[in-house]
Amino acid sequence: MHELSLSSAIVATTLRHAEGRPVKSVQMRIGALRQVVPESLDFYFGIVTRGTLAEGAALEAEYVAARLRCEDCGRRWSPELPLFRCPGCGGAAVETLAGAEFEIDSIVVEEREEAETHA
Amino acid sequence: MHRTKVKIAEDALDANTTIANANRADFDRHGVGVVNFMSAPGAGKTTLLEKALGGIDARVGVLEGDVQGSADADRLAALHLPVVQLNTDAGFGGECHLDANMVRSAIPDLPLAEIDLLVIENVGNLVCPAEFTVGEDARVMVSAVTEGEDKPLKYPLMFRTCELVLINKIDLLEHLDFDLDKFLYHLDAVHPGVEHMLISARSGEGIEGFRDWLQRVARRAPAAA
Repeated sequence: MHELSLSSAIVATTLRHAEGRPVKSVQMRIGALRQVVPESLDFYFGIVTRGTLAEGAALEAEYVAARLRCEDCGRRWSPELPLFRCPGCGGAAVETLAGAEFEIDSIVVEEREEAETHA
Repeated sequence: MHRTKVKIAEDALDANTTIANANRADFDRHGVGVVNFMSAPGAGKTTLLEKALGGIDARVGVLEGDVQGSADADRLAALHLPVVQLNTDAGFGGECHLDANMVRSAIPDLPLAEIDLLVIENVGNLVCPAEFTVGEDARVMVSAVTEGEDKPLKYPLMFRTCELVLINKIDLLEHLDFDLDKFLYHLDAVHPGVEHMLISARSGEGIEGFRDWLQRVARRAPAAA
């Protein structure tokens, strides 16, 4: 159900930028920390786009691995599990460098035919 | 016919964030502190509010979010404080969480000029509510000891987005194989140093601490314009 809400948000933003043009594909960057299941997102995206200008559009998602940085010792690491204490100094002040994205990078739309003659 | 790539570079949840900011502006204008109260279904949110809001030194209002019915709102209305029920199945497609738009729709019904603190009791769900801010000052969650020690590892987003974790139903500890140290270890691994409180709505243990915390949120809000 999580992916249903997220798909609705993706489609709403997509259609706003499509400005009435049919959407062929959506390019996204999704961080591993967002707990998105790719198959689930694809499934719900297909459902939510039905009957809209984005029907049949391909969802092209680049999944970004989590990368953290300790603010105390500067160590950077890519956590496998959701473990946020610094593995070096045990510090709690951790910056998320990557992995929290839920971004629509771009969309591909079909332009309308130009009229042959102008009024 | 040709195709164009349109560069967007926008967070897909931007629309929700924009509305959440508008909500926040309304709450700030009236000097109301807002708490987004979340948990899995049945962890004890409503019962904790029944205990903590009784006798609280602040004027409190509640926005109650549920898929269906007014059971929770009815219970809290008995405390003689303003309660507004928001059903996600009444025109919002039965959503499993509250989002900024839904909360905005309830604002006209909330007596913001007459309260210092608004508690938004979210729909019971550990996944979706974590993704959608609604204009709150603070996010609090409840994890009951009956839910097990692995919860923080399974729902890191929810445990990380909250600034306070209430560990509820501690009156049941003697009947359970729940390992509290293991839970706290996992909690610290996922959200290092997060404030947490051991609490029991049933026995009353820890309720005063939670009540004090809520009163501090009420005082955190900017003075009414």
